[in-house]
Amino acid sequence: MTATTVDTHAADHDDHDHGPTKGIGRWLFSTNHKDIGTMYLVFSLLMFFIGGSMAMVIRSELAIPGLQFVHPEFFNSMTTMHALIMVFGAVMPAFVGLANWMIPLMIGAPDMALPRMNNWSFWILPIAFGILLSTLFMPGGAPAGGWTMYPPLILQTGDAFPFLIFSVHLMGLSSIMGAINVIVTIINMRAPDMTLLKMPMFVWTWLITAYLLIAVMPVLAGAVTMLLTDQFFGTSFFLAAGGGDPVMFQHIFWFFGHPEVYIMILPAFGVVSEIIPTFARKKLFGHDSMVYAASCIAFLSFIVWAHHMFTVGMPLTGQLFFMFATMLIAVPTGVKIFNWVATMWRGSMTFETPMLFSLAFVFLFTIGGFSGLMLAIQPADVQYHDTYFVVAHFHYVLVPGSVFAIMAGAYYWLPKWTGHMYNETLGKLHFWMSTIFVNLTFFPQHFLGLAGMPRRIPDYSVQFADFNLVSSVGAIGFGLSQLIFVAVLLTAKKGAKATDRVWEGSHGLEWTVPSPAPWHTFTTPPKARIANESFE
Amino acid sequence: MTTHSDEHYYVPHGSHWPAVGSLGLLFLMVGVSSWLNGAGAGFYIMLTGLAIIIFMVTGWFGAVIGESQGGLYNAQVDASFRQGMFWFIFSEVMFFAAFFGALFYARNMAIPWLGGESNNFFTNLLLWEGFESTWPTNGPGNIGGDYEVMPPLGLPLINTALLLTSSITVTIAHHALIAGRRTQLSIFLAATFLLGFVFVYLQGVEYVHAYQDLNLTLSSGIYGSTFFMLTGFHGMHVTIGAIMLTIIFFRVIKGHFTPDKHFAFEAVAWYWHFVDVVWIGLYVFVYWM
Repeated sequence: MTATTVDTHAADHDDHDHGPTKGIGRWLFSTNHKDIGTMYLVFSLLMFFIGGSMAMVIRSELAIPGLQFVHPEFFNSMTTMHALIMVFGAVMPAFVGLANWMIPLMIGAPDMALPRMNNWSFWILPIAFGILLSTLFMPGGAPAGGWTMYPPLILQTGDAFPFLIFSVHLMGLSSIMGAINVIVTIINMRAPDMTLLKMPMFVWTWLITAYLLIAVMPVLAGAVTMLLTDQFFGTSFFLAAGGGDPVMFQHIFWFFGHPEVYIMILPAFGVVSEIIPTFARKKLFGHDSMVYAASCIAFLSFIVWAHHMFTVGMPLTGQLFFMFATMLIAVPTGVKIFNWVATMWRGSMTFETPMLFSLAFVFLFTIGGFSGLMLAIQPADVQYHDTYFVVAHFHYVLVPGSVFAIMAGAYYWLPKWTGHMYNETLGKLHFWMSTIFVNLTFFPQHFLGLAGMPRRIPDYSVQFADFNLVSSVGAIGFGLSQLIFVAVLLTAKKGAKATDRVWEGSHGLEWTVPSPAPWHTFTTPPKARIANESFE
Repeated sequence: MTTHSDEHYYVPHGSHWPAVGSLGLLFLMVGVSSWLNGAGAGFYIMLTGLAIIIFMVTGWFGAVIGESQGGLYNAQVDASFRQGMFWFIFSEVMFFAAFFGALFYARNMAIPWLGGESNNFFTNLLLWEGFESTWPTNGPGNIGGDYEVMPPLGLPLINTALLLTSSITVTIAHHALIAGRRTQLSIFLAATFLLGFVFVYLQGVEYVHAYQDLNLTLSSGIYGSTFFMLTGFHGMHVTIGAIMLTIIFFRVIKGHFTPDKHFAFEAVAWYWHFVDVVWIGLYVFVYWM
């Protein structure tokens, strides 16, 4: 804690309030939401680069037709591991890290509600991903059946198989504990006069996300447990000869998998809903409608899962139901997009790096949303299914969607974390490089998919060559651009000292504490009204 | 609100128990996985992991009980624990939902389709000719060989009665705790966990009967799979619940809990009601219907 800062809202620091201990113990045994948040974010960045390197392998192999660098089996391992690492290791922990750091600050809580469990949910992750990454060196190679782990293909995995299953169990365990902590913190630890509908949008979207996590992560655990017993203990869940059905796995998996998609985007909505009002210098347009829209999205996410399996064989009524339910999601999502645009309408906008990433989010996520609508149409999906169009779609919602929102959040709150302004020039460079290259990477993949190029295949027909080369150049460029972010982090403490408010238009309790935020904040509950009225 | 400005929320300082738990999980998971892959040492690595986890659970809960008895927890901390337990139980419900989902899907979709229903006439004709959709079944491949069905009357019915009774006894114990009748509390709490352990024992008897007399095993097609996975996970939860009740019993003997502060008791009671409700679902859909 900086000695010069005075925490006006926690002025009665008493004798038990001390700084962090020295050495590795500070991190290994931490019960401090800020330290744990930092660990989550650093871990996530590490995984982002590991998963990113795998993407580089994939795109290098696909740069030109024919097989050049890797064996097809290893290529399949790369697509599988890239997905697992990016979903469970990069995107989800990044949002949990942001939640850890910001939710207690935003609601005026002294820490997360269950600090020891908070530590455990983080320290399970290095174990889980250590186990998962170790499968790269096992006989039979790393899992190569796709991150969706469909049987019977995934049952052909070598020695890696049980390690894959148990690492997924551990990731689930970590997520469930993290989600319980978030819910309890939000429900039980808010400043006394912060009613539910006064909560900042990031807190709201995380609350809804946490409910989704608790509801679906155990279902994934159940699904992979069935895979395990089918493989080793003679059960017949996914064996037709025994009365089971491989398609049943897909149903159970996607009952988890579709809410999982919203788990990765709802907190992104929250981050963007914090940033746009700040840099448009206006209140968030339609705060309550944003809450209801996010809740609708969460509810609908439970009844649309089979749109991932339109070509697998399903009664017609099922196909129609899942098609219409899926298209319904466009309504609450549209509400959110229009609210962001309306927030900016006649605002006095400035374009610092967090705002740039947020604007790109609104624009590019919408592209991903529209291609999602195309995929929702069952008769059309029969053509698009398992092509690069699907790859383009979900990368548009995940990279310029989730990842851009995480980047935006990192730039937005970095001065609060470090106490210094980051290098704006580097930040803008990072933004422009990322935005140009992300589109160069993924936009041509729409054309490839519509022309019929299948996903998860290391080779392709020559007519796909040009767009693939463009996409690969874009991917390498995007990968290298992320090194700029590392440079931003390394120089993060070299900039000018940040004020408490950091941004001219900032709003909310997190901007009432000093920058950097002291190790302990809000040991007594603050008055939320002060912050909420900053625009009025 | 429950918070007063003079009342601090208890934020524990660093704890090594979560790190110990992670180490235990590492050993456990690596051990089980290598054991399943056929490495003999894996079994011992697994046991080491299990021992570390038991050590962690004992130490961690010991620390929490110590803090609770030391009066460090105010009403707001108590509320955090309550909500945490509630959502933990909800996650458990969803875990069972996956297996119930598998049961319903197999019974209502997969098996009728194998029998040619809906638009699957040729699936039946070309792949599984002559297979007729029934329940229970071990599938068209007669996986696991001929078997007999576990009848709902007999042991399962006795077990239902035991578990329902134990839910009543734990409630009586709770009322006794609130009313300050410690002897009645101890007796009914003891009755509860004894009923729980008897249930687990009878479940074991039933499993031996199934394997030895009925040739009903985990490998008996989808019926055997769902039967043993659902009752097995449930039995595991009853065992854990009964152990927790036993610990609560010893805490009662030591004089812990007051009529207005006894979260641990209530948490375990909730958990016990949860395994009870799951059992009712099991009895109806696995044994009876």
